[in-house]
Order: sequence, then structure tokens, then C-alpha cells
Amino acid sequence: MGHSISANVDDSKSLWGGGVEPLKVSYGKLMMWFFLLSDAITFSGLLIVYGFIRFSHPVFLGKEFVTSQHYWPIPDHVFTHIPFAHINAPLVFVGIMTFILIMSSVTMVLAVEAGHRMDKKAVEKWMLWTIFGGFCFLGSQAWEWSIFIGGSHNGLKLDDGSIIHGASLIHNEYGPQLFADLFFFITGFHGTHVLSGVILNIIIFYNVVMGVYEKRGHYEMVEKVGLYWHFVDLVWVFVFTFFYLV
Amino acid sequence: MAHGHQSSNTISQGEIPAPQTKWIWNTFWILLGITSFEFLIAFTKGPLHLNHYLVVFVFVVLTLVKAFYIVADFMHLKHEVKALVMSIVLPIAFIAWFILAMLIEGTFVHHSVYELFK
Repeated sequence: MGHSISANVDDSKSLWGGGVEPLKVSYGKLMMWFFLLSDAITFSGLLIVYGFIRFSHPVFLGKEFVTSQHYWPIPDHVFTHIPFAHINAPLVFVGIMTFILIMSSVTMVLAVEAGHRMDKKAVEKWMLWTIFGGFCFLGSQAWEWSIFIGGSHNGLKLDDGSIIHGASLIHNEYGPQLFADLFFFITGFHGTHVLSGVILNIIIFYNVVMGVYEKRGHYEMVEKVGLYWHFVDLVWVFVFTFFYLV
Repeated sequence: MAHGHQSSNTISQGEIPAPQTKWIWNTFWILLGITSFEFLIAFTKGPLHLNHYLVVFVFVVLTLVKAFYIVADFMHLKHEVKALVMSIVLPIAFIAWFILAMLIEGTFVHHSVYELFK
């Protein structure tokens, strides 16, 4: 095995011989990518299960949709609430949530870009916006859950005559029980990732303010948590499509 | 939000270059446009009586397009070494196949349970 000492030689004999970065990224960044890949596989498992269960249920084929345990609900008839207004606004709130998360992804990219230029003040500013966006999303998701759990005024009359309101892990007014179970698990799992992402962002923001990365000479840590944050946004894009649109 | 040169603390740290953010906002507008289009379809599929499977297909394709922009641009993957790009893209391609297969299986189960024994 020819061992070349110079770290920038790009011939295949020494590229994998050790001492250089074969994929031209640092260890930390590469491991973040592979972690994200594994997390993507986990979320895919959940979404695949959702697709399988959803398509194995009957669909509503009539004219005026009413909720029932016998067929899968139509999302724009379930998710119709927005805060502060008692109007029928199908999917509006989830659209706002998607916009918030995409915006926070944009501010994260802006923070990374500022880090490349060693612009400490700009990194702080954009990271603060990202953290704020993350908290807004978490609050919105919590509100969505509370509406979902609370239920509608009329509730649903079950086959045995009893009336149930809202959804939990043991009863569901909007449709089959699995719909509620999957909703809580998938959005809950995603929400937990958003929470951990916000916490990570706060920690790294603190480090930025303390000048840790300025002293280190690069803001690569901002880039690494940025990757995690974009992943969280990416998962939401898929969850939102499969749960609310399809 | 900054759209160009922003004043920064350059006195003690030396010159900080101007931001290069145009590509970021470009990608943002593309993502926003695609999402708005998805919402448009979601609201008009009823009145326009669009075929359900066509709508699902369009949603899935547009979601993949958005995923491409987020991963390639925001996560910088398109600028990385090809080997790294493939390490991420190929497993995801297999997962996409898995999703498709399970959706097909799901409809088969539906058919077997609900249609076959009428």
C-alpha cells in the first residue's frame, strides 16, 4: 500500500489509507449525515406504516363528509381550526406551521452562511430567529394537539349509542382509532425532534455568543446543528404531505 | 431580514465579507411556490373533480422536489464529494421504493378484506 504523507493527494491508493478525509468532510459532519440517514429510516418506517394502514381502510365515497369509525377521515374536514377565530379554515393552520418551519430553515442557512464569513453578530441574529421559529412551531403543534384532543361540540355517536368527544389513544371521534394513534405518534415523534433541535440550537447559540467558534476559527458546529435542523424541516414536509394532503 | 450588505463589527476583527444570500432566498421562493401550489391543488381537487390517484401522485412528486431542494441546497449536499452524495441518496432511493411497495400492498389488503368477501 503506497502511503502518501501529504494530506491533499487525491489518488485512490492513499485516499482510504488513513490520515485524510476520504469524503472531504470532517468526522463530525460525516457522522451527523449518517445519523440523519438512520433517523430518516426511522421516520420512513412510521410513514410507511401510515401509508399501509391508511390505504387498507375504506375511503369515504359519499357527498357530505361526516366522521365515522368505519372509513378513513378526510384531513381537510378534521383539521379546520385556527386560533382566535371560529371559522372553518381547512388546513390553514398546518400551512402556517409549514411556513414557520421553512422560514426557520432559511434563517438557519443564513446563520451558516454568516458563519462561513466569520460574522459573529449575524450568526447570533439568525440563530435567534431560528430558535424563535422553532418555539413557534412547537407552540403551534401543542395547540393543534389540544384542539384534536378536545374534539368538536357534537362529538361522535358510536355504534353502541355512547357519544365520544375528541381523540386520544383509546377513542377517536374523527375516524378509526388508528388514525388518532398514528397522528399522535408521528407528529409527537417529529415534535420531539423539533424540541431537541431547539435545545441544541440554544446550546450552540450560547457557544457562539461566548466566542467559542470565533476562537476555534470556524463555525462548523453551526453547520452541523444546521443539518439536523434542516432534517427536522424535511421530515415535516413529508409528514405534512402524507398526513394532511394525501 | 437582510437583503444585501449589512453593517457588522469590523473594527477589531478585520474585514468581514458581504453576505452572499441570493441563492438562499431563491430556494426559499421555490419551496414556497411549490407548497402554495400543493395547497391550491388540495383546495380545488374537490370542485374540479380531479382523479384521486393523480392528485396523490402530484403531491408525492412535489414533495420529492422540495426534499431535493432542502437536501441539495440548504444542507449543501450537492456541493459535496460524489461518494458522500451517493451514500445518502441511494439508501433514500431504496426507502422510496419501500414506501411505494407498501402503499401498493396496503391497497391489496384493502381489496382482500373489503372487496373480496362482499
